[in-house]
Amino acid sequence: MKLTESEYGRLAKLRSPNSNVLRNTAMAFLVGGAICCAGQALLNIYKMLGTDEITAGTLTSVTLVFLSAVMTGFGLYDKIAKHAGAGTLVPITGFANAVVSPAMEFKTEGYVLGVGAKIFIIAGPVIVYGLAASAVYGVILFIVRAMRG
Amino acid sequence: MDYLWAFLIGGAFCAVGQLLIDLTAMTPARILVTYVVSGVFLGAVGVYEPLAEFAGAGATVPLTGFGYNLARGVKEAVQSDGLVGALTGGLQACAGGIAAAVLFGLAAAVVFGRGDKTAKMFG
Repeated sequence: MKLTESEYGRLAKLRSPNSNVLRNTAMAFLVGGAICCAGQALLNIYKMLGTDEITAGTLTSVTLVFLSAVMTGFGLYDKIAKHAGAGTLVPITGFANAVVSPAMEFKTEGYVLGVGAKIFIIAGPVIVYGLAASAVYGVILFIVRAMRG
Repeated sequence: MDYLWAFLIGGAFCAVGQLLIDLTAMTPARILVTYVVSGVFLGAVGVYEPLAEFAGAGATVPLTGFGYNLARGVKEAVQSDGLVGALTGGLQACAGGIAAAVLFGLAAAVVFGRGDKTAKMFG
């Protein structure tokens, strides 16, 4: 029987005692922390190579996204995600997995309305609301600065 | 020392996400959206920048860091270009990560995409 993550989560929640919440949270903490350490290592390496702070951050994100895409391609990321839950969801590698996974899966529906459309099934909402929130902030910031002269 | 704080703060962001999944049954998509919008808000009120300086990748790798990046980009663009910066700054700051995800996603679909349908994390 095949289950999506949310179905799995619902079923697991119905059956599991509270100790599972503790174990899941500990796993998420450990794996998520480890991914952030990998990010820190990349950040330090890029800074050591002489790139400025912001470019080093961008390169770190791009590298993590690349590694996540490769691991998702080989089916490794989803295997880790089964145990790590939010530990593999919340880091940017989880965002990348949410882009790569449906892109691969919906290849069956063609490159335009399959891959091209479904690639944004999770990234779309994230970009829409992130961008909206940042634009609201930008307008408020502009007004505040104008009022201060 | 920077690895310790990256681990602890990054791990804490993920632990909170797991508690949201287990205790509120939020879907992964809603959690990602909540984290990005929270990151924009925390960046806007000035809380996230000191956290990012303190925790490094522990603050920038979780998706709240993506939101913080949007806010930071908008702030810089509004300061240099005025109101139009509210539209241009966010995507400019996040362009690398978004373009990488889309392009690597497309490449993965070409290389690894199977012909059959399989249940996956974000079906």
